Amino acid sequence: MQNLSLANKLSNFIVNWVFLMLVWIAFTSSFATQELIIGALTTMVISYLSIRLFTCCTILIFSPVKIMYMIWYLIVFLIALINSNMDVARRVLSPSLPINPGIVKFKTKLTTNYSKMVLANSITLTPGTLTVDVVDDTFYIHWIDVKTTNPEEAFTEIAESFEKILLKIF
Amino acid sequence: MTYIIYIALFFMIIGLFLSAVRFVKGPSAGDRVVALDTLTVIIVSGLVLLSYVFDRFIYMDVALVYAVLGFIGVIVIARYLEGAL
Amino acid sequence: MSLFEIIGGFFLVLGSIFLFLGGLGIFRMPDVYNRLQAGTKATTLGAMSVIFGVGIIQLENDWTWIVKAMVILIFIAFSNPISSHALARAMYKGKTYPFIKSKDKDMDAYKEFIDNQKMEEK
Repeated sequence: MQNLSLANKLSNFIVNWVFLMLVWIAFTSSFATQELIIGALTTMVISYLSIRLFTCCTILIFSPVKIMYMIWYLIVFLIALINSNMDVARRVLSPSLPINPGIVKFKTKLTTNYSKMVLANSITLTPGTLTVDVVDDTFYIHWIDVKTTNPEEAFTEIAESFEKILLKIF
Repeated sequence: MTYIIYIALFFMIIGLFLSAVRFVKGPSAGDRVVALDTLTVIIVSGLVLLSYVFDRFIYMDVALVYAVLGFIGVIVIARYLEGAL
Repeated sequence: MSLFEIIGGFFLVLGSIFLFLGGLGIFRMPDVYNRLQAGTKATTLGAMSVIFGVGIIQLENDWTWIVKAMVILIFIAFSNPISSHALARAMYKGKTYPFIKSKDKDMDAYKEFIDNQKMEEK
């Protein structure tokens, strides 16, 4: 538990409140006044109680530049997801199973836990790679078709396009 | 539209069958858990499709709860296999 | 057939084909890690596509379907990689080593780390 200043607490509170309110609207899927009032009260209490628990991002996350980067990340990610599925389809359907698996490692420049989680999840869903473990700043990746065992080359091959955008968001 | 739903259900059932074979056959416990994870995801999407076929909105909630429970189950079994539980 | 039904039906069939490929990958691949790879990727996109397709088809009657569908979709997109990562680490720590063709030591960088950890414990 770290000690947070008042400004940090306030920004965490607002981020949690907005996020939980979006989840509430998605669950009830209605814009009736009574639903919105009850939802606002409930999510306010919950986000006050969880100020110290969810410290993923400050209030700066709502700035237009960062939202643009998030949308860009989503597009890059969706393209990679579709590519990886084509890759899986090609491997699974070909009779000889063209695989050459192994585990490689690389280091990342990301520092916060949440950005590392997003990067690990994205790597799992991109072509032919699966995150086995994350220790501090080292990622261990199971690669279905190993092209190189050198950490730097593996980094440029697997994670560079995601990390560039994530460094701008977090 | 009926034919499209038949085609989709047909592919899903073959996928279910193949992962069920792996679930029964799998040499180690890990293989079975992987097959169970895949089965869960296929069943969730099957439930969503069936909620459209029967035109009941409430079945979507069943799919959501099943997705949550399947995820927690897989995580718990993984922690157990790791020896941390 | 309306436009919504055509677009949604396309997503439905595409998604169910990917779900089928996920099952086939689980069935064919040689070891746990490769099974996880095929299973996770194919079923994630497959389930996302089927759920989104159902939301699109119902969009002309009722907009609440697609909101609930997006909730399930986002949950699956987050939870599926996490569970596969947890399983992969659990399998490695449970001493199931990946299938490697060439028997090259560099191909398994994680073993080094596990061995170092064990040395420190002793």
